[in-house]
Amino acid sequence: MTAAAERKGLQGLTQWILPVAIIAIWQLLASIGFIPARVLPAPSEVIVAGWKLLLSGELVKNMWVSFWRATVGFAIGGGIGFALGLANGLSRRSERVLDSTLQMVRNIPHLALIPLVILWFGIDESAKIFLVALGVFFPVYINTQHGIRNVDPQLVEMGRTYGMTPATLFWRVYLPGALPSIFVGLRYALGIMWLTLIVAETIAASSGIGYMAMQAREFLLVDIVVLSILIYALLGKLADSAARLLERLCLSWHPAFQKT
Amino acid sequence: MNTHVLPRADIATAFTRAEAPRAAASAGLPIRIAGLRKAFGGNEVLRGLDFEVPAGEFVAIVGRSGCGKSTLLRLLVGLDQPTGGAFRIGPHADNTVDRDEVRVMFQEPRLLPWASVLANVEVGLGSGRKSADGREKALHTLAEVGLADRRDEWPSVLSGGQKQRVALARALVSQPRVLAFDEPLGALDALTRISMQRLLERVWLDQRFTALLVTHDVAEAVTLADRVLVIEEGRIALDLRINLPRPRERGSAEVAALEGQILHQLFKDAKAGEDA
Repeated sequence: MTAAAERKGLQGLTQWILPVAIIAIWQLLASIGFIPARVLPAPSEVIVAGWKLLLSGELVKNMWVSFWRATVGFAIGGGIGFALGLANGLSRRSERVLDSTLQMVRNIPHLALIPLVILWFGIDESAKIFLVALGVFFPVYINTQHGIRNVDPQLVEMGRTYGMTPATLFWRVYLPGALPSIFVGLRYALGIMWLTLIVAETIAASSGIGYMAMQAREFLLVDIVVLSILIYALLGKLADSAARLLERLCLSWHPAFQKT
Repeated sequence: MNTHVLPRADIATAFTRAEAPRAAASAGLPIRIAGLRKAFGGNEVLRGLDFEVPAGEFVAIVGRSGCGKSTLLRLLVGLDQPTGGAFRIGPHADNTVDRDEVRVMFQEPRLLPWASVLANVEVGLGSGRKSADGREKALHTLAEVGLADRRDEWPSVLSGGQKQRVALARALVSQPRVLAFDEPLGALDALTRISMQRLLERVWLDQRFTALLVTHDVAEAVTLADRVLVIEEGRIALDLRINLPRPRERGSAEVAALEGQILHQLFKDAKAGEDA
């Protein structure tokens, strides 16, 4: 291992210093009784609760259900948002037809639709998936459209003078040019995805992490409530890390992502 | 460099005589422009241009900003449509020239930031991009501009002059028969400019395409071109042949005299205007 690689490894560890310190202080305060267990159980108790749920299979089942809802909702909403973003970015006519309608819908907070969604879908899976899809649609849509619109017109002109066909122009100029903006939309959408899912699962669900937290609240099991919150934090961080990794791989040409 | 001195006029004539047969057998295409007009709204930028460029000639077009010199290039490479008149590239009247035979180099490098240096050169292959020897050609052309060792790098790490050299390689890789330059060296520092001018001259002498160089730098025009056209108010105001041997010495008396003649043309109206 070279010195540079070692230094890089240390730098990677730096980001974990603060979370670890916070947990250590939390543990200390809880074990000396400064924080009552009814308010906030010690991290060790949360881990024990998590271990029990893991053994019973309940934790894995609920995590899987939440993960599945998030993925399907994201794929549907993100897919439609991406397609419409491309269409409205590339074609003025498509934009004239669709954009103002979409902007009107965008101004409705999608969580305000929960009562209506429950009336439509009950507390079925489709209710949660619908809300997630609606939530992730707009960040993906707006950033894709913005990205395509902001592709350097000089590069497009260059492509035309070099005889690029519309398809080649799209794959070699428009799409790569819009990618930085699309990734911004993607990361933003991932945040909204978890937020929507948490709200939807706490209000209307019979499984999932949010449901698990609401059940625990009924029985005053604070440790499981805290566990659920931590799992959400972890899943959110994982999704963001995955998006950042993808971003680094796809945008290695971008000066902002080049190692110096 | 020059070890022996000949009377300069003799060098000039000897040079043109020696060049003549090569130019005749050149790879370039002739250009004929007749009554070419272009208006943007009510503003007529080109007001009936007439001139011809024989195959393989290096023509520089100078003029003040807004005189329509860049517009002329945009019309010739098909980026804009003329409002009147016509032009013809190639010997045939029907004006069917393969698109890959006419290339343009812009003031900005316009490289794809997400493509490697080599991939950017490959863009220049146009319809021949998928041909078997495409990569070979791109590598060869990249070597010609002296950047073969940077083939896998991103354009963002290159200097301004290097980027413009990649852009030149991209323009050259399809072996165009007409190459139009829209102030390609305008954004470079003085020293890089001079080495780029030498490079342009070298590839032109080597490949003998018909070259159209739009520039606001009169010294550059005189150093590089066989002929300098001055455009004023949308028309040709001066058509000056430069019969100096190549490589031309920057700052020599002949270059300076021709430069003075062109500058005089460019500024004679301005002086009258300023006095008033």
